[in-house]
Amino acid sequence: MSATIEPVIGRYLHMDYAGRRYRVYFETAGSGIPLVCLHTAGADGRQYRGLMNAPAVTERFQVIAFDMPWHGKSSPPDGWQDEEYRLTSDAYVGTIMAFIDAMGLERPVVMGCSIGGRVVLHLAHRHPRAFRALIGLESSAHVEPYYDTSWLHRGDVHGGEVAAGAVSGLIGPNIAPAERWETLWHYMQGGPGVFKGDLYFYGIDGDIRRQLPEIDTTICPLYLLTGEYDYSCTPQDTLAVGRAVPGAKVTIMKELGHFPMSEDPARFLQYLEPVLHEIAERG
Amino acid sequence: MAVVTGGSVDLDGFAARIATLAERVNGDAALLRRGRFLTTVLQLLVGEEFFLVRIVDGRIAETRRGGLTTGDFAMIAEPSVWHRLLATDPPPGDHDFLAFYKRKELRLAGDIHPLMAHLLYFKGVLAKLREDAR
Repeated sequence: MSATIEPVIGRYLHMDYAGRRYRVYFETAGSGIPLVCLHTAGADGRQYRGLMNAPAVTERFQVIAFDMPWHGKSSPPDGWQDEEYRLTSDAYVGTIMAFIDAMGLERPVVMGCSIGGRVVLHLAHRHPRAFRALIGLESSAHVEPYYDTSWLHRGDVHGGEVAAGAVSGLIGPNIAPAERWETLWHYMQGGPGVFKGDLYFYGIDGDIRRQLPEIDTTICPLYLLTGEYDYSCTPQDTLAVGRAVPGAKVTIMKELGHFPMSEDPARFLQYLEPVLHEIAERG
Repeated sequence: MAVVTGGSVDLDGFAARIATLAERVNGDAALLRRGRFLTTVLQLLVGEEFFLVRIVDGRIAETRRGGLTTGDFAMIAEPSVWHRLLATDPPPGDHDFLAFYKRKELRLAGDIHPLMAHLLYFKGVLAKLREDAR
């Protein structure tokens, strides 16, 4: 097989947020409407590798996936060694808004998965006019913690191994081994305590049930796509969000689980393309 | 092998699956490598009945139905839940033991450190039990 180079460019952005300096890694491909992609808890932007390499997307959209601080190739802030990482709703929304501002993106589309699928609901509630549209993958308003997350960060359990074990069943059972294990590898590479810190937002601080009826989809369209095999954010959870937010459009995706863009990019694109087409046509 | 009847695990069939577990696990080099530092005793409670799986350095050293020995930790569920958990090609939501744990249909008891430190290994072992239904 001949060597190939992907049309994906990776760069580092230096930006300020809440009085601290951050070195943030992002990858981008394509041109057109900016499409900012948010990875799941404890992972990084590589989850969007399929999207970055899909001409059907990159012909009309500039796909931009950044690693949240502490994740992937983004550094934690100066002094991290003396603090416990814990993601809050305010910090998550603030970091995303700071990234968009620092990059000079005008009314981008934001698509996030899992914690990213949750935070797009917060973005829709707090900053609806800042976005052309919002896409939530595996979106829920709240998920009650169902296991003790302290297992994810302790000296006598390998954090990467337990994180991968905790999420492995969230992948559709018929997903190809290469994509399954690529997805799990990202989890195995997470920094100590980072997955656990993200789950603070997912299971505790990010509860947005009460605010859902206040989201106005006439200002910013909201699309929700969830894999049928996701037992963390279940299809029922997403359908509940759809019922609570007038105008939200819900799609349940066959064969896919909690990481649709990473599990089977081609299958995921079958569901995403009509959404992106509608957004592009809407202007 | 008739292993399931009427939406509930047939205990004799379950015992037959457990009996072939050592052969299936010990023949999987990748799974053995994943569990190479693991030595523990797992107890599977199927309703009132229990089964023991003794693991030494990742290898299944012994399996037993009943007896007096207790495990380091236990996985506990009703026969109907084990039936769904071990089904071939289970529907969404029944495809991973943590899904049952989330819904409180399966309980864990004892010191679950060996389980949490080797989650992927144990999921591999459970998959071997599921394979027997094919």
